[in-house]
Amino acid sequence: MIKPHGGKLVNRNVKKKDVDLEGYPKFEISTNSSEDILNIANGIFSPLNGFLCKNDIENILSEKRLDNDIPWTIPIMLDFDKKEIKDIKEGDKLLLTNQETGITSILDVEEIQDYNKKTIAQKVYKTDDVNHPGVANIYNMKEKLIGGKITLYDTKVREYDKYNLTPKETRFLFKEKGWRDIVAFQTRNPPHIGHEYVQKTALTFVDGIFINPIIGKKKPGDFTDDVILASYETLMKHYYLKERAVMSILRTSMKYAGPREAIHHAIMRKNFGCTHFIVGRDHAGVGNYYGPYDAHDIFSEFPDLGIVPLFFRSFSRCTKCNSVVNDKICPHDQKYHINFAGKKIREILRNGQIPSEDMMRKEVSETILKFDKTFVE
Amino acid sequence: MEKESKNYTTISIPTPLANKIKERIKGTGFTSLSSYVTYVLREIISSDKEETDEAFTKEDEEKVRERLRALGYLD
Repeated sequence: MIKPHGGKLVNRNVKKKDVDLEGYPKFEISTNSSEDILNIANGIFSPLNGFLCKNDIENILSEKRLDNDIPWTIPIMLDFDKKEIKDIKEGDKLLLTNQETGITSILDVEEIQDYNKKTIAQKVYKTDDVNHPGVANIYNMKEKLIGGKITLYDTKVREYDKYNLTPKETRFLFKEKGWRDIVAFQTRNPPHIGHEYVQKTALTFVDGIFINPIIGKKKPGDFTDDVILASYETLMKHYYLKERAVMSILRTSMKYAGPREAIHHAIMRKNFGCTHFIVGRDHAGVGNYYGPYDAHDIFSEFPDLGIVPLFFRSFSRCTKCNSVVNDKICPHDQKYHINFAGKKIREILRNGQIPSEDMMRKEVSETILKFDKTFVE
Repeated sequence: MEKESKNYTTISIPTPLANKIKERIKGTGFTSLSSYVTYVLREIISSDKEETDEAFTKEDEEKVRERLRALGYLD
């Protein structure tokens, strides 16, 4: 089994019954931050064992690496209002909770710091344009950051937990299935024919595919989590071998940081035990902030990433070839090509119509159209 | 907030080797001898791919297997 990022799978879960958490200053944190805590505690963010301090953040911004030289591209930070932490000092412990995720966790305050939102935006997102959803999130953060180790004492059962496996569990599962080479597919959309083609092309060369939809905060117009999961359930039921495909969710927010986020996505899948990671056109991009293949190029900076990227260009259906093609394999003119444009498919579905079977499996379209609420508002 | 420069250290390599590397990186994406050497060393250091067995106790293993069965991931 592939080593976790940094060499060891982090586990910051402790049973609550053995400790008394009363008496610590209590803070209700955002759902996104509490999901960061869950991802740290369960090893999805290995080797991180807490929220980052200044040295690591600075190094991530300038070198795309933690201070110890391990590749890491997205700073995982916890923000606080300066008034609410005016009496907090380094060495204190804070009780962090969130109603939606039901977490109870302790943060060991290692460092309290100011930070420059513009610098973070420019480095991580390559822009400080507040119309970029990731930049907007940075500008909406509170004034102070606290870095330090976290310990998770409790969380609650939530919707979709049927599909929520930890890296410890996926690693065990892959081993039980006898899979050595596993390709991960990151998604935030229901599958169209192009997605299926990419997945099956990659699967041909490995033992199994790990389909890993992101569940969490997305932008308006994106498909809802219910729709994404149900559409994949349908596709897998009708068109995948059960012994070759596994789906599990990843609870984290999309950052839309393009190339840097592609590396982050790959690292998380490495921690789940995957050996390969599919990177498509404009991976984790938004608008026109990144070039279509920036997320491919960035991987050349990381000879030590430890997971193999599989680069895919955009696919279309060629009516001449009568198959799915890309620009490397099809000699025919564009006029014979039907594009799997997500925007176009969304429009058709929004009008209550079923897209052509050249674009999306009929069973998948029908599943999507059963939902009253298809898109994030 | 961004660091002005990262801490670096100097390593000596034979001059003929350095010259060969300089020739080799011409026209590539490497901007300096140092960036090439750093790349190669990172690649070598990370190539330690020994198998790791997660530290599972028997009880742990049974618990995980049961959960995966209950969720339908294992038969």
